[in-house]
Amino acid sequence: MKQSITLGKVTKFMGLGFFSTLKDLFTGKLEKEDFKSFLRKAVVPLVSILLFIGLWHMGAKTLYNIEADFKIEKAFNDQGPEAAEALRACIASGASSCQPNTLPSPSQVWDSYKSLLRDHNIISADKAAFIEKTAALNEKRIAEGKDAITYTGRPSFVDQIFRSLKTVFAGFLLALLIAVPLGVFIGLSPTLKSAFNWFIQIFKPVSPVVWYLLVFMIVKTLLIDSNEDSSFTISFISVGLCSMWATLVNTAMGVSSVDKDFINVAKVLKLGAFQKIFKVVLPSSLPLIFTGLKITLSVAWMVLIAIELLAQSPGLGLFVWEEFQNGANDSNAKIIVAMFVIGIIGFLLDRLMLTIQNAVSFDKSDAI
Amino acid sequence: MAYLELNNIYKTYGQGDNATEVLSNINLSIEEGEFVAIVGFTGSGKTTLVNLINGLLEPTKGTVLFKGAPVSGTSHERGVIFQNYSLLPWLTVGQNIFMAVKETFPKKSKKELNDIVADYVDMVSLTPAINKRPKELSGGMRQRVAVARALAMKPEMIIMDEPLGALDALTRGNLQDEILNIWGKDKRTALLITNDVDEGIYMADRIIPLRPGPNATLGPEFKIDIERPRDKTEMNDNVNFKETRNAIIEYLMDIGNERKSQAKEAFVLPDLSPKDFVNQF
Ligand SMILES: Nc1ncnc2c1ncn2[C@@H]1O[C@H](COP(=O)(O)OP(=O)(O)OP(=O)(O)O)[C@@H](O)[C@H]1O
Ligand SMILES: [Mg+2]
Repeated sequence: MKQSITLGKVTKFMGLGFFSTLKDLFTGKLEKEDFKSFLRKAVVPLVSILLFIGLWHMGAKTLYNIEADFKIEKAFNDQGPEAAEALRACIASGASSCQPNTLPSPSQVWDSYKSLLRDHNIISADKAAFIEKTAALNEKRIAEGKDAITYTGRPSFVDQIFRSLKTVFAGFLLALLIAVPLGVFIGLSPTLKSAFNWFIQIFKPVSPVVWYLLVFMIVKTLLIDSNEDSSFTISFISVGLCSMWATLVNTAMGVSSVDKDFINVAKVLKLGAFQKIFKVVLPSSLPLIFTGLKITLSVAWMVLIAIELLAQSPGLGLFVWEEFQNGANDSNAKIIVAMFVIGIIGFLLDRLMLTIQNAVSFDKSDAI
Repeated sequence: MAYLELNNIYKTYGQGDNATEVLSNINLSIEEGEFVAIVGFTGSGKTTLVNLINGLLEPTKGTVLFKGAPVSGTSHERGVIFQNYSLLPWLTVGQNIFMAVKETFPKKSKKELNDIVADYVDMVSLTPAINKRPKELSGGMRQRVAVARALAMKPEMIIMDEPLGALDALTRGNLQDEILNIWGKDKRTALLITNDVDEGIYMADRIIPLRPGPNATLGPEFKIDIERPRDKTEMNDNVNFKETRNAIIEYLMDIGNERKSQAKEAFVLPDLSPKDFVNQF
């Protein structure tokens, strides 16, 4: 009983309230009016998802037919009726060599998803075998003061996801470390505020691509002596710089608009500057800072794909780009898989931030 | 030299055309160990006056002297109970008070500080709520936390801005006694802002009305010559009490009426009804 309450609270806390409704349905606790809300919260999304897949399927089919007809007609015009007939047979047989290249259908995407997973399992097994095989040798090499041999095979789709997450968290951390302290200073001092205002206004709207180029120019020169791959450094710095603005602006706003009553308390208690910032100013601006951080994380995730692509830094962005360049038969389907993965991870990151935000916000306590 | 002196104080808010002079020519002196109450209409500038004394505001003109030296900024010697509680919402009751005592007694050990906190929380009967956050408390409970916080700092002078306004008669009576107790024990000085004449008479040595603003000034003072410790039930039959009370209420009604006739359409009157003054006990 106690556990079910906590579970309900946790799901509600994370904005996934319909889970508890779903649970009530199975435990038979559902009241009549709850049933309406269950319909709205669980059944309606389900129906709309099915509808979406149906529309997608039909749309993909139409596009497929347009492309197929065009191909056959072209073969007819260029090479004559036999070639057209052969192509028609080839397309109907489903052979991969002659399939029209267009928007993949849901089932194709699902197949690609499964094949990407299979691919991942193969690569992981390969990697594990490699590590096992080289373990003894590596120990010897390290003892001799040499570098260990590392696995350099192709990364799997899942590896790419983790690379992307790593880049986005590094970028997010950078944004946090720059924007929060800077925001606090700007919020506290009107002088700093006017010193930085033009800077913020001008750099905030700059596009990710330009940030990437800027960071590239600087980092390339700074790391001129190092022969290490700088693409990760460049991409996480670009992500951080692109995404930090929301946090900067929100922090500065939160800090400069602390309730006058709280400031009066700090004055009457005669808190020192340090205490005042950490005990009064920061806690009271925490809700706004977290609003900023939430925006920062979602912007970081959004620009990441474009920046990885530009920087040729491994990750989902590069995966999408390579699949597009590749033009293989199931490339399009893989791109769509990546699209869903990107979307779902973005959603989960947003939920994560919301959860933390609710936990630290003092006036939003009704969430738990 | 009085303990606290206000000399020809003027306070103006805003600038240029928007400037309003809230307080005009305020003169007040309080002796050490005295308990002074100021009664006034809402919006007359009582909080402004309090903030000038505790150092949160500076007068536009005139000087505030505390123990002979001009007041500049706040001081632990002058404790404040804010009208709007001003508790930090992200701290619990205990933490709010702990923060205050820690700042005031930096040399005390954590255990000693916690004992002080526990004592004062107990004094305002909030021990069961010590780990609650302000938003989980009723208005009256919050006000009691604010009282405990200010008193726990053991200030030489206690400045109270309508500290008991949101409380029921019973709790109010208890806290009045607690405040008097603390005030009397170490011979502290107290300034009480109130809109309740009876409260003023029960607690203070002197009552001074603040005339309605803008340009509010202090009215004539009323001395309360009733022996301490005072007893509420006995006081009702005390001739001195009745006379003083009637005199103050009459004075307040007069300035209320005066203002009504003076400014027919200039500003809306505060909702002043005799219910605050009559049959309080
Ligand atoms: N920071 C400020 N800026 C401008 N005007 C102010 C400011 N603070 C107070 N005032 C004005 O000064 C006047 C007196 O305000 P004050 O808060 O001192 O009244 P009060 O007597 O404490 O009222 P109440 O009994 O309602 O607490 C009011 O007219 C108010 O509008
Ligand atoms: Mg006030």
